[in-house]
Amino acid sequence: MSERPILLEASDVAKHFGGVKALRGVSLTIREGEIYGLIGPNGAGKTTFFNCLTGLYVPNGGRIVFAGAELDTSAPHKVAARGIARTFQNIRLFAHMTALENVMVGRHQRTRAGVFGAIFRTPGTRAEEAAIQRRAEELLHYVGIADRAHDLAKHLSYGDQRRLEIARALATEPRLLALDEPAAGMNASETGELRTLIEGIRKDGITVLLIEHDVKLVMGLCDRVAVLDYGEKICEDVPAVVQKDPRVITAYLGAEAQPAGSEVAHG
Amino acid sequence: MSWNDLKHDRRVLWAGYAAIGIVLAVLPFLVGAGLGNAWLRILNFAMLYIMLALGLNIVVGFAGLLDLGYIAFYAVGAYLYALLASPHFGLHWPVWAILPLGAVVAGGAGALLGAPTLRLRGDYLAIVTLGFGEIIRIFMNNLNAPVNITNGPQGISSIDPFHVGGVTLAKPLSVLGVTVPSLHAYYYLFLLLALVIIFVTIRLEDSRIGRAWVAIREDEIAAKACGINVRNIKLLAFSMGATFGGVAGGLFASFQGFVSPESFGLMESIMVLCMVVLGGMGHIPGVILGGILLTILPEAFRHAAVPLQKYAFGKVVVDPESLRMLLFGLALIAVMLYRPAGLWPSATRKRELQGGSK
Repeated sequence: MSERPILLEASDVAKHFGGVKALRGVSLTIREGEIYGLIGPNGAGKTTFFNCLTGLYVPNGGRIVFAGAELDTSAPHKVAARGIARTFQNIRLFAHMTALENVMVGRHQRTRAGVFGAIFRTPGTRAEEAAIQRRAEELLHYVGIADRAHDLAKHLSYGDQRRLEIARALATEPRLLALDEPAAGMNASETGELRTLIEGIRKDGITVLLIEHDVKLVMGLCDRVAVLDYGEKICEDVPAVVQKDPRVITAYLGAEAQPAGSEVAHG
Repeated sequence: MSWNDLKHDRRVLWAGYAAIGIVLAVLPFLVGAGLGNAWLRILNFAMLYIMLALGLNIVVGFAGLLDLGYIAFYAVGAYLYALLASPHFGLHWPVWAILPLGAVVAGGAGALLGAPTLRLRGDYLAIVTLGFGEIIRIFMNNLNAPVNITNGPQGISSIDPFHVGGVTLAKPLSVLGVTVPSLHAYYYLFLLLALVIIFVTIRLEDSRIGRAWVAIREDEIAAKACGINVRNIKLLAFSMGATFGGVAGGLFASFQGFVSPESFGLMESIMVLCMVVLGGMGHIPGVILGGILLTILPEAFRHAAVPLQKYAFGKVVVDPESLRMLLFGLALIAVMLYRPAGLWPSATRKRELQGGSK
């Protein structure tokens, strides 16, 4: 893996909420084409890191370099323009729009029709609209919910909503797809399908950053894994090594697993 | 052939449009002859309110931004027309210059007043926009000293009627041998512009911009993550909505011949908001229905209240104006209880079923 070029390099990213230090200077490196797992007990700062990366939070320190240039995280749409898309831990779809429309919104940044084009339906705008719809249909097909295209997002099943969110994120043409607990609440067979989907996305050349609680999924899917605990990265390596790391075991199972550890158990 | 088949038959559709067109064309003559000119004026105001309601619908219905000061843009359009086409400054600009200018100035005012509210949501946004609306009205009220710009509370009178070239709508027109009285001519003018605004709204709704507005309404954070520049898209909503208000305001000034700050109070903003909400937020036909009903019903009630009371009690017991507000309040409560999505909400469920059968 190490011969692959670096896609994203975060150094010393810090985020405080008042006195709470949610991220205490996290550094990690994601290489192009890999599936990179970010795990850790509840409250370890995984989602906070996601929010800092995608511009929803303003970090208190650190910098992120993406695809060779500094990433401006001052506004989420600037991050999206650079080619980072994300999903949310608690699904955030446009509930009263159809599945197709949800994905079409994802094309917003890669298209440019304005008010004038919309009112007069110029040939350019019409062609663009047709292309938006075609691409959205392709993406629904890609994630396997083409038959639900005209249903309202809120009427989709839980698993389909997760897929729809991924399709919408893919519509922004990302180089890095950040998935926040995509398997949460899924049963074994749904998780299996999700795994196939994520592998397919990687095969199509998109790097994946994955937050996940399902340890089996992470260990089977990810090329490399970083473990966060109390806002700090305690370990980063291939899954097999991470699994055996005593610090990770302590973080997950508590201090008793490693009597010498002085930290209080949590998670 | 079932009703559903009929509805999708193109010929039936066109026949329907033609029927509506004929009704709209002869309506002023029917109303004028049957109910008198007072009702024709009300009909004209209904057109203006449809334009206002559709403008506010972009802000409130599509983008989900609760704006309680929308009438300010109506005032901007009306005052701009009044200042540029009346003896007040001795200016008599042509209509074709003032109306587009009014649209642009109101649109600019929309973006300007929208900008400080971008971070606000819900109740807070409503309070701030309410304040902005009042500020504009108070400006109009007080800008008569030290330099007299708006003529203060007296307002501006003797505003030029709508005229293009030598043709003025103030006097009866002769078109192809048919004499069209002034009120009727204004009706056709307002109808035409209302249709233009309806067309523009429909086109905007079904576009990249329209989808972005709805996305912001549905989930602002997700919209941001999808790459939507929420700030610009919100400003565009404020601005587009205000544009419609500016056009309607200019028409109002030309029709009325007189503007004063009184016409642009908070109650007017609330009235337009009620048209949007009662009709069916975000649903264009519903909003149009709301505009028509809330213009016509209060007037019908005003006309009926006095004779009815005289008939029942032999004298007027309750002032029709206070009765009107009472009934209006009750109607609001009833609609919110029994049809919380509005009288004619968008048929999302119907769309779902149609889509599913494809």
